[in-house]
Amino acid sequence: MFRYLPYLFVGILFGFVMIKSEAASWYRIQEMFHFQSFHMFGILFSAIATAMASIQIIRRLHRRQALDGQVIDIPAKPPGRKSYLYGGLIFGFGWGLIGLCPGPVFALAGTGSLGAMIVLAGAMHGTWLYGALKQHLPH
Amino acid sequence: MDWLLHPWPWYVAGPLIGLMVPLMLFIGNRSFGISSNLRHLCAITQPPQVDVDFFRYDWKEHTWSLVFVIGTALGGYLAGVTFANPEPVQLSAAAQGMLQAWGFALPVAQSLAPDELFHPGVRNFTFLFACGVLVGFGTRYAGGCTSGHAITGLASLQLPSLIAVLGIFGGGLLASWFLVPYMLYG
Repeated sequence: MFRYLPYLFVGILFGFVMIKSEAASWYRIQEMFHFQSFHMFGILFSAIATAMASIQIIRRLHRRQALDGQVIDIPAKPPGRKSYLYGGLIFGFGWGLIGLCPGPVFALAGTGSLGAMIVLAGAMHGTWLYGALKQHLPH
Repeated sequence: MDWLLHPWPWYVAGPLIGLMVPLMLFIGNRSFGISSNLRHLCAITQPPQVDVDFFRYDWKEHTWSLVFVIGTALGGYLAGVTFANPEPVQLSAAAQGMLQAWGFALPVAQSLAPDELFHPGVRNFTFLFACGVLVGFGTRYAGGCTSGHAITGLASLQLPSLIAVLGIFGGGLLASWFLVPYMLYG
Protein backbone atom coordinates (compact mmCIF):
# COMPACT_ATOMS: atom_id res chain seq x y z
CA MET A 1 0.00 0.00 0.00
CA PHE A 2 2.90 2.34 0.79
CA ARG A 3 3.89 2.59 -2.85
CA TYR A 4 0.59 4.34 -3.58
CA LEU A 5 1.14 7.08 -0.99
CA PRO A 6 2.95 9.49 -3.36
CA TYR A 7 -0.07 9.33 -5.72
CA LEU A 8 -2.36 10.14 -2.81
CA PHE A 9 -0.32 13.20 -1.85
CA VAL A 10 -0.03 14.51 -5.40
CA GLY A 11 -3.76 13.88 -5.83
CA ILE A 12 -4.52 15.90 -2.68
CA LEU A 13 -2.41 18.78 -4.01
CA PHE A 14 -4.22 18.60 -7.36
CA GLY A 15 -7.68 18.62 -5.73
CA PHE A 16 -6.64 21.52 -3.51
CA VAL A 17 -5.49 23.53 -6.54
CA MET A 18 -8.68 22.71 -8.50
CA ILE A 19 -10.73 24.42 -5.79
CA LYS A 20 -8.32 27.26 -4.88
CA SER A 21 -7.83 28.18 -8.55
CA GLU A 22 -11.64 28.17 -8.98
CA ALA A 23 -11.16 25.96 -12.07
CA ALA A 24 -13.99 23.93 -10.54
CA SER A 25 -16.31 26.94 -10.66
CA TRP A 26 -19.15 27.03 -13.18
CA TYR A 27 -18.92 30.83 -13.06
CA ARG A 28 -15.22 30.84 -14.04
CA ILE A 29 -15.88 28.47 -16.95
CA GLN A 30 -18.63 30.72 -18.38
CA GLU A 31 -16.33 33.73 -17.93
CA MET A 32 -13.62 31.83 -19.84
CA PHE A 33 -15.83 30.80 -22.76
CA HIS A 34 -16.91 34.44 -23.12
CA PHE A 35 -13.32 35.74 -22.95
CA GLN A 36 -14.17 38.04 -20.04
CA SER A 37 -11.14 37.30 -17.87
CA PHE A 38 -7.59 36.08 -18.34
CA HIS A 39 -7.75 33.92 -15.19
CA MET A 40 -8.61 30.51 -16.71
CA PHE A 41 -6.44 31.10 -19.78
CA GLY A 42 -3.56 32.05 -17.51
CA ILE A 43 -4.01 28.79 -15.61
CA LEU A 44 -4.12 26.68 -18.78
CA PHE A 45 -1.23 28.41 -20.56
CA SER A 46 1.07 28.43 -17.53
CA ALA A 47 0.21 24.79 -16.74
CA ILE A 48 1.06 23.75 -20.32
CA ALA A 49 4.26 25.83 -20.30
CA THR A 50 5.38 24.32 -16.98
CA ALA A 51 4.63 20.78 -18.15
CA MET A 52 6.37 21.41 -21.50
CA ALA A 53 9.52 22.78 -19.85
CA SER A 54 9.56 19.85 -17.40
CA ILE A 55 9.26 17.32 -20.22
CA GLN A 56 12.11 18.99 -22.13
CA ILE A 57 14.32 18.83 -19.03
CA ILE A 58 13.42 15.19 -18.36
CA ARG A 59 14.21 14.26 -21.99
CA ARG A 60 17.72 15.71 -21.57
CA LEU A 61 18.50 13.93 -18.29
CA HIS A 62 21.14 11.19 -18.35
CA ARG A 63 19.32 9.03 -15.83
CA ARG A 64 15.68 9.19 -16.80
CA GLN A 65 14.49 6.91 -14.04
CA ALA A 66 11.28 7.02 -12.05
CA LEU A 67 11.35 6.27 -8.30
CA ASP A 68 10.42 2.66 -9.00
CA GLY A 69 13.33 2.23 -11.46
CA GLN A 70 11.36 2.42 -14.73
CA VAL A 71 12.78 4.52 -17.55
CA ILE A 72 10.56 7.57 -17.98
CA ASP A 73 8.85 7.91 -21.34
CA ILE A 74 5.69 9.62 -22.53
CA PRO A 75 3.51 7.31 -24.61
CA ALA A 76 2.25 8.67 -27.96
CA LYS A 77 -1.53 8.97 -28.33
CA PRO A 78 -2.90 6.53 -30.92
CA PRO A 79 -3.14 8.17 -34.39
CA GLY A 80 -6.52 9.30 -35.66
CA ARG A 81 -8.66 12.35 -36.13
CA LYS A 82 -12.38 11.67 -35.93
CA SER A 83 -12.50 10.26 -32.40
CA TYR A 84 -10.48 13.19 -31.04
CA LEU A 85 -12.62 15.80 -32.77
CA TYR A 86 -16.06 14.24 -32.15
CA GLY A 87 -15.21 13.15 -28.61
CA GLY A 88 -13.75 16.56 -27.84
CA LEU A 89 -16.85 18.33 -29.17
CA ILE A 90 -19.21 16.18 -27.10
CA PHE A 91 -17.13 16.53 -23.95
CA GLY A 92 -16.65 20.26 -24.49
CA PHE A 93 -20.39 20.74 -24.97
CA GLY A 94 -21.06 19.09 -21.62
CA TRP A 95 -18.25 21.08 -20.00
CA GLY A 96 -19.70 24.36 -21.31
CA LEU A 97 -23.10 23.49 -19.84
CA ILE A 98 -22.14 22.36 -16.34
CA GLY A 99 -18.71 23.98 -16.03
CA LEU A 100 -17.09 20.80 -14.72
CA CYS A 101 -14.47 18.62 -16.39
CA PRO A 102 -13.34 15.33 -14.83
CA GLY A 103 -10.62 16.73 -12.49
CA PRO A 104 -12.86 19.39 -10.94
CA VAL A 105 -15.75 16.89 -10.69
CA PHE A 106 -13.77 14.77 -8.24
CA ALA A 107 -12.59 17.84 -6.30
CA LEU A 108 -16.07 19.38 -6.07
CA ALA A 109 -17.63 16.03 -5.13
CA GLY A 110 -15.07 15.97 -2.30
CA THR A 111 -16.48 19.21 -0.93
CA GLY A 112 -19.77 17.36 -0.44
CA SER A 113 -21.57 18.88 -3.45
CA LEU A 114 -24.46 16.51 -4.23
CA GLY A 115 -24.73 18.05 -7.69
CA ALA A 116 -21.10 17.17 -8.48
CA MET A 117 -21.75 13.58 -7.37
CA ILE A 118 -24.71 13.41 -9.78
CA VAL A 119 -22.44 14.68 -12.58
CA LEU A 120 -19.93 11.97 -11.64
CA ALA A 121 -22.65 9.31 -11.77
CA GLY A 122 -23.70 10.64 -15.19
CA ALA A 123 -20.09 10.64 -16.39
CA MET A 124 -19.71 6.98 -15.39
CA HIS A 125 -22.85 6.12 -17.36
CA GLY A 126 -21.59 8.11 -20.35
CA THR A 127 -18.27 6.29 -20.22
CA TRP A 128 -20.10 2.97 -20.09
CA LEU A 129 -22.26 4.00 -23.04
CA TYR A 130 -19.11 4.74 -25.05
CA GLY A 131 -17.70 1.33 -24.17
CA ALA A 132 -20.92 -0.36 -25.28
CA LEU A 133 -21.17 1.58 -28.58
CA LYS A 134 -17.44 1.80 -29.37
CA GLN A 135 -17.41 -0.50 -32.42
CA HIS A 136 -20.28 1.39 -34.08
CA LEU A 137 -18.64 4.84 -33.80
CA PRO A 138 -16.31 6.51 -36.35
CA HIS A 139 -12.73 6.60 -35.03
CA MET B 1 -2.52 31.24 6.98
CA ASP B 2 -4.48 33.66 4.85
CA TRP B 3 -3.16 32.14 1.63
CA LEU B 4 -4.84 28.84 2.51
CA LEU B 5 -8.26 30.48 2.62
CA HIS B 6 -8.17 32.81 -0.35
CA PRO B 7 -8.28 31.81 -4.02
CA TRP B 8 -4.93 31.45 -5.76
CA PRO B 9 -3.94 33.61 -8.73
CA TRP B 10 -3.42 31.88 -12.09
CA TYR B 11 0.39 32.23 -11.91
CA VAL B 12 0.43 30.09 -8.75
CA ALA B 13 -2.30 27.59 -9.69
CA GLY B 14 -1.26 27.04 -13.32
CA PRO B 15 2.38 26.05 -12.69
CA LEU B 16 1.28 23.78 -9.81
CA ILE B 17 -1.12 21.99 -12.17
CA GLY B 18 1.64 21.77 -14.79
CA LEU B 19 3.96 20.20 -12.21
CA MET B 20 1.55 17.24 -11.98
CA VAL B 21 3.04 15.98 -15.26
CA PRO B 22 6.70 15.63 -14.12
CA LEU B 23 5.62 14.52 -10.62
CA MET B 24 3.62 11.61 -12.01
CA LEU B 25 6.49 10.72 -14.37
CA PHE B 26 9.00 10.75 -11.52
CA ILE B 27 6.85 8.77 -9.11
CA GLY B 28 6.18 5.86 -11.43
CA ASN B 29 6.44 6.78 -15.14
CA ARG B 30 2.71 7.62 -15.28
CA SER B 31 0.96 9.95 -17.69
CA PHE B 32 -1.11 12.61 -15.96
CA GLY B 33 -4.80 12.29 -16.85
CA ILE B 34 -8.06 12.06 -14.95
CA SER B 35 -10.86 10.81 -17.19
CA SER B 36 -9.52 7.24 -17.56
CA ASN B 37 -10.60 6.75 -13.94
CA LEU B 38 -14.21 6.84 -15.12
CA ARG B 39 -13.40 3.78 -17.20
CA HIS B 40 -11.77 2.05 -14.23
CA LEU B 41 -14.83 2.81 -12.09
CA CYS B 42 -16.98 1.16 -14.78
CA ALA B 43 -14.62 -1.83 -14.88
CA ILE B 44 -14.97 -2.19 -11.11
CA THR B 45 -18.76 -1.91 -11.04
CA GLN B 46 -19.75 -3.65 -14.30
CA PRO B 47 -22.02 -6.59 -13.43
CA PRO B 48 -20.71 -9.89 -14.88
CA GLN B 49 -23.90 -10.44 -16.95
CA VAL B 50 -23.35 -7.11 -18.83
CA ASP B 51 -19.76 -7.84 -19.80
CA VAL B 52 -18.81 -5.09 -22.28
CA ASP B 53 -15.34 -5.83 -23.71
CA PHE B 54 -14.08 -2.29 -23.16
CA PHE B 55 -14.36 -2.79 -19.40
CA ARG B 56 -12.93 -6.30 -19.26
CA TYR B 57 -9.35 -5.73 -18.07
CA ASP B 58 -7.44 -5.86 -14.83
CA TRP B 59 -8.35 -2.52 -13.27
CA LYS B 60 -6.10 -3.32 -10.28
CA GLU B 61 -3.12 -2.35 -12.45
CA HIS B 62 -4.54 1.17 -12.37
CA THR B 63 -4.92 1.39 -8.58
CA TRP B 64 -2.36 4.23 -8.55
CA SER B 65 -4.72 6.33 -10.71
CA LEU B 66 -7.74 5.62 -8.51
CA VAL B 67 -5.65 6.53 -5.44
CA PHE B 68 -4.81 9.82 -7.19
CA VAL B 69 -8.50 10.77 -7.65
CA ILE B 70 -9.32 9.73 -4.08
CA GLY B 71 -6.61 12.25 -3.18
CA THR B 72 -8.25 14.79 -5.52
CA ALA B 73 -11.53 14.46 -3.63
CA LEU B 74 -9.69 14.77 -0.28
CA GLY B 75 -7.87 17.85 -1.55
CA GLY B 76 -11.24 19.24 -2.64
CA TYR B 77 -12.58 18.70 0.85
CA LEU B 78 -9.56 20.42 2.42
CA ALA B 79 -9.70 23.40 0.05
CA GLY B 80 -13.47 23.73 -0.12
CA VAL B 81 -14.53 22.87 3.44
CA THR B 82 -11.60 22.95 5.91
CA PHE B 83 -10.01 26.02 4.33
CA ALA B 84 -13.15 27.34 2.64
CA ASN B 85 -12.96 30.73 0.96
CA PRO B 86 -15.22 33.07 2.94
CA GLU B 87 -15.82 35.23 -0.16
CA PRO B 88 -17.78 34.45 -3.33
CA VAL B 89 -15.91 34.07 -6.66
CA GLN B 90 -14.55 37.47 -7.76
CA LEU B 91 -15.74 37.57 -11.34
CA SER B 92 -14.92 40.29 -13.85
CA ALA B 93 -17.53 43.05 -14.22
CA ALA B 94 -18.30 41.83 -17.75
CA ALA B 95 -19.06 38.32 -16.48
CA GLN B 96 -21.28 39.65 -13.71
CA GLY B 97 -23.33 41.69 -16.16
CA MET B 98 -23.68 38.69 -18.45
CA LEU B 99 -24.85 36.40 -15.63
CA GLN B 100 -27.42 38.94 -14.55
CA ALA B 101 -28.76 39.16 -18.10
CA TRP B 102 -29.03 35.35 -18.09
CA GLY B 103 -31.19 35.51 -14.95
CA PHE B 104 -28.63 34.37 -12.39
CA ALA B 105 -28.70 35.91 -8.92
CA LEU B 106 -26.02 38.48 -8.06
CA PRO B 107 -23.84 38.62 -6.05
CA VAL B 108 -22.94 35.08 -7.06
CA ALA B 109 -23.28 32.27 -4.53
CA GLN B 110 -20.45 31.57 -2.12
CA SER B 111 -20.22 28.04 -3.51
CA LEU B 112 -18.33 27.48 -6.76
CA ALA B 113 -21.46 26.29 -8.55
CA PRO B 114 -24.70 28.28 -8.93
CA ASP B 115 -27.68 27.22 -6.84
CA GLU B 116 -29.88 27.80 -9.87
CA LEU B 117 -28.36 24.67 -11.46
CA PHE B 118 -26.94 22.65 -8.56
CA HIS B 119 -29.60 22.97 -5.88
CA PRO B 120 -31.08 19.48 -5.26
CA GLY B 121 -34.23 18.88 -7.30
CA VAL B 122 -35.50 16.57 -10.02
CA ARG B 123 -35.08 19.12 -12.83
CA ASN B 124 -31.52 20.13 -11.82
CA PHE B 125 -30.32 16.61 -11.14
CA THR B 126 -31.72 15.30 -14.43
CA PHE B 127 -29.86 18.09 -16.22
CA LEU B 128 -26.61 17.49 -14.28
CA PHE B 129 -26.80 13.76 -14.93
CA ALA B 130 -27.39 14.29 -18.67
CA CYS B 131 -24.43 16.69 -18.89
CA GLY B 132 -22.34 14.18 -16.96
CA VAL B 133 -23.21 11.59 -19.61
CA LEU B 134 -21.87 13.97 -22.31
CA VAL B 135 -18.66 14.52 -20.32
CA GLY B 136 -18.12 10.80 -19.72
CA PHE B 137 -18.99 9.75 -23.27
CA GLY B 138 -16.96 12.55 -24.88
CA THR B 139 -13.83 12.15 -22.79
CA ARG B 140 -13.62 8.42 -23.43
CA TYR B 141 -14.40 8.86 -27.16
CA ALA B 142 -11.62 11.47 -27.35
CA GLY B 143 -9.34 9.37 -25.12
CA GLY B 144 -8.76 12.11 -22.55
CA CYS B 145 -9.96 15.35 -21.02
CA THR B 146 -8.47 18.70 -20.12
CA SER B 147 -5.66 17.08 -18.11
CA GLY B 148 -4.69 14.27 -20.50
CA HIS B 149 -5.08 16.25 -23.76
CA ALA B 150 -4.84 19.98 -23.03
CA ILE B 151 -2.01 19.64 -20.49
CA THR B 152 -0.10 16.36 -20.93
CA GLY B 153 -0.87 16.05 -24.67
CA LEU B 154 -0.16 19.64 -25.75
CA ALA B 155 2.93 19.83 -23.50
CA SER B 156 4.35 16.76 -25.27
CA LEU B 157 3.43 18.25 -28.68
CA GLN B 158 0.96 15.57 -29.78
CA LEU B 159 -1.25 16.32 -32.78
CA PRO B 160 -4.21 14.15 -31.60
CA SER B 161 -4.35 16.24 -28.42
CA LEU B 162 -4.42 19.48 -30.42
CA ILE B 163 -7.39 18.15 -32.41
CA ALA B 164 -9.12 17.10 -29.18
CA VAL B 165 -8.51 20.49 -27.56
CA LEU B 166 -9.93 22.31 -30.59
CA GLY B 167 -13.00 20.06 -30.34
CA ILE B 168 -13.32 20.61 -26.59
CA PHE B 169 -13.08 24.37 -26.89
CA GLY B 170 -15.45 24.43 -29.87
CA GLY B 171 -18.03 22.36 -28.01
CA GLY B 172 -17.70 24.56 -24.94
CA LEU B 173 -18.17 27.76 -26.97
CA LEU B 174 -21.30 26.34 -28.63
CA ALA B 175 -22.86 25.40 -25.29
CA SER B 176 -21.85 28.56 -23.48
CA TRP B 177 -22.96 30.97 -26.21
CA PHE B 178 -26.07 29.31 -27.60
CA LEU B 179 -27.58 27.28 -24.76
CA VAL B 180 -26.48 28.54 -21.35
CA PRO B 181 -27.93 32.08 -21.85
CA TYR B 182 -31.44 30.61 -22.19
CA MET B 183 -31.11 27.81 -19.65
CA LEU B 184 -33.02 29.50 -16.85
CA TYR B 185 -35.77 30.64 -19.23
CA GLY B 186 -36.32 27.24 -20.85
